[in-house]
Amino acid sequence: MIKFFLMVNKQGQTRLSRYYEHVEINKRTMLEAEIIKNCLSRSKDQCSFIEYKDFKLVYRQYAALFVVVGINETENEMAVYELIHNFVEVLDKYFSRVSELDVSFSVSEIHLSVSFWCTFQFMLSSWH
Amino acid sequence: MPAPIRLRELIRTIRTARTQAEEREMIQKECAAIRSSFREEDNTYRCRNVAKLLYMHMLGYPAHFGQLECLKLIASQKFTDKRIGYLGAMLLLDERQDVHLLMTNCIKNDLNHSTQYVQGLALCTLGCMGSSEMCRDLAGEVEKLLKTSNSYLRKKAALCAVHVIRKVPELMEMFLPATKNLLNEKNHGVLHTSVVLLTEMCERSPDMLAHFRKNEKLVPQLVRILKNLIMSGYSPEHDVSGISDPFLQVRILRLLRILGRNDDDSSEAMNDILAQVATNTETSKNVGNAILYETVLTIMDIKSESGLRVLAINILGRFLLNNDKNIRYVALTSLLKTVQTDHNAVQRHRSTIVDCLKDLDVSIKRRAMELSFALVNGNNVRGMMKELLYFLDSCEPEFKADCASGIFLAAEKYAPSKRWHIDTIMRVLTTAGSYVRDDAVPNLIQLITNSVEMHAYTVQRLYKAILGDYSQQPLVQVASWCIGEYGDLLVSGQCEEEEPIQVTEDEVLDILESVLISNMSASVTRGYALTAIMKLSTRFTCTVNRIKKVVSIYGSSIDVELQQRAVEYNALFKKYDHMRPALLERMPVMEKVTTNGPTEIVQTNGETEPAVLETKPPPSGLQPASQANDLLDLLGGSDITPVIPTAPTSKPASAGGELLDLLGDLNLTGIPSITAYNKNGLKIDFTFERSNTNPSVTVITIQASNSTELDMTDFVFQAAVPKTFQLQLLSPSSSVIPAFNSGTITQVIKVLNPQKQQLRMRIKLTYNHKGSAMQDLAEVNNFPPQSWQ
Repeated sequence: MIKFFLMVNKQGQTRLSRYYEHVEINKRTMLEAEIIKNCLSRSKDQCSFIEYKDFKLVYRQYAALFVVVGINETENEMAVYELIHNFVEVLDKYFSRVSELDVSFSVSEIHLSVSFWCTFQFMLSSWH
Repeated sequence: MPAPIRLRELIRTIRTARTQAEEREMIQKECAAIRSSFREEDNTYRCRNVAKLLYMHMLGYPAHFGQLECLKLIASQKFTDKRIGYLGAMLLLDERQDVHLLMTNCIKNDLNHSTQYVQGLALCTLGCMGSSEMCRDLAGEVEKLLKTSNSYLRKKAALCAVHVIRKVPELMEMFLPATKNLLNEKNHGVLHTSVVLLTEMCERSPDMLAHFRKNEKLVPQLVRILKNLIMSGYSPEHDVSGISDPFLQVRILRLLRILGRNDDDSSEAMNDILAQVATNTETSKNVGNAILYETVLTIMDIKSESGLRVLAINILGRFLLNNDKNIRYVALTSLLKTVQTDHNAVQRHRSTIVDCLKDLDVSIKRRAMELSFALVNGNNVRGMMKELLYFLDSCEPEFKADCASGIFLAAEKYAPSKRWHIDTIMRVLTTAGSYVRDDAVPNLIQLITNSVEMHAYTVQRLYKAILGDYSQQPLVQVASWCIGEYGDLLVSGQCEEEEPIQVTEDEVLDILESVLISNMSASVTRGYALTAIMKLSTRFTCTVNRIKKVVSIYGSSIDVELQQRAVEYNALFKKYDHMRPALLERMPVMEKVTTNGPTEIVQTNGETEPAVLETKPPPSGLQPASQANDLLDLLGGSDITPVIPTAPTSKPASAGGELLDLLGDLNLTGIPSITAYNKNGLKIDFTFERSNTNPSVTVITIQASNSTELDMTDFVFQAAVPKTFQLQLLSPSSSVIPAFNSGTITQVIKVLNPQKQQLRMRIKLTYNHKGSAMQDLAEVNNFPPQSWQ
């Protein structure tokens, strides 16, 4: 089950956040800051799955942007890892060579595609 | 009023902010503008404003005043408005807000809209944040949409159904007929979501699971779909790095896992396809590995044949040797799950797993540690322990506590020899002493007590360990306890196992005193040290005066615990010196209890209070005991057993406790009660009860009442019986008898009379009355025959 879907840049600014469970708004910023700290402290050849509190984080870095998905133990971590990459590929096609700026400015569009993608805490199909 | 700025403008302006304060200012200004725009009920720009609000919400600013606006947007006819409105609803609203119920009608209308995109939006939102009331109302609509031929809608409806089932499990049966045809679809999207729906239904209700297994022939259908996926050639629509729709494959494998669990028929039907997937999937890319991972998990969970299981473990072994960290992590996780069932197979990979302990990655290290503990057995315990101890040395602090407890458990189960066990424990205490859990200390003490022949060796090693460094609290606690118990062995230099060291009594006391004084010692540790010093007073010969001095110094310590102990020990020196050796004797071998439970120490007569359980020796307990000695002196002729009245603080267990256990029902036949004593206004009555379970036990309840005009205070009742009897006094209800018969003191006496001799009793009463201390002795001979026959 997917708990949240985040896109945060290296400076800690959230470019996109989608929570599938209710989290208080002030806790969200704290959570995002902690997560990005965790991700930044890892080197390139460490594994992409972090155990954080009582769930797992699967993260992938694309230039200066981190895509982080929080999952619980019923999910296949590697499948989620693939999902992240799939999603970024779709964005790439949509924006033709997507960059962080595109993500920042087209928040609502991306939000909607995330909704179609990972609705109700599950992955939907992949369509190119 | 000028038109509100676009979202992009807003984002651009916020990006120019240099500090947090600037950003906050901009946002507040914009919020104010949005709020006034909302108040004006402006339809044209509402969409824009809400979009900006959502952006600000994402940045962490409160946006609840936009909730109602979202509802208005949803109700509008324009698609762009609806889109933002639904998005806002998903982000800002949830069950906790009352406003969300207003959406129900809108969603209902939109579910029946002519445009599929609007229907899709409505389904999306309902599936995201629908509450149980909404779900109940709209379930029918969702079910209708589940049956349409439009695949775009069908897949969304399926996921919405999952949410409905989660919220309102009773509605599951409603969706059952619709699921019959779901798997016949060609569209992968629909297939994917239908599999999710079926998975959810099977997980929630075992009846559904049974139904799907038998009636629907689900397994063959799934096997067929999976086969098509693997066998089919390249299809650009579903291809991800050369594999056709891996997400669907993973989902199907997961559903197969649920169906095959604990069911032989289904498992058999799946064997072939699982073997096929396991062998044919390409492992060069991550996608292939993801599918293999899911396959392995499925094989492990169902009742698969042994060949398949071996295949699965081999795949995991291959994963372990892979360079990619993700894959290794995943392999370790799954091996942990399977180690219970396929222990031998996993043992083959032990050396690789132990190597992973040295990996740099924190997640991998943690998994490897857990797996290593699961793999320790009698044969490999020495080698594994060496590796684990090395790991304990070098690992991060967050692991040390878990690692230490794991090592203790493993050492306890598989220790090849006591000496090795003690060595291992010492090693852990010295390397990770401050991370050891609190309950480890009593367990260790129990272990040390039980290995009688190792006492000298243990105490010597512990002494050497704290000689240099006494900052690690658990180590110091165990060491002080041992030195207190076995100090004589230490000083006499009797160790056979190792080179004995020459230690004088003064040196030992030096180290204990420095523990007491040190700022690093916790209060508990100081307590241990003080008790140890006290115990040494009976073990050591020449330094008793020094010990006395130390103990009396702490009589005025600020720490209440220490002060109490010191005062009691002082009292022991001064008034009860004759009891000191008996009280401070060596601890007996403790009963072996499970490691996780609290160690219960059987209190035998005259033994010291256990330092571990921290119960204090009851001061009142000492007094009557000495007066019992007086009683003995007085009653010269007949041999009378001394009475040990149990202390008010500790449980009423004594050496003969089991014999006098009267948890069985008591016989309340009418045994007449007697007046045992009646003098000077003090009257004591005895009432009797016989136990059904143990006929030689009599329970006497005494009641003391006072008919004078003044209270009797500090009342103490003591009794002595002939040698063939055994007596147990329980604690009295109080020590004050109020005047004018207005209240009584009750106390219970249990008498064991195995030879059924006539019951006789000598009683001694002490109390304060009218300002003077009174004391009286009496004999009670008028026991009714029923009380002892």
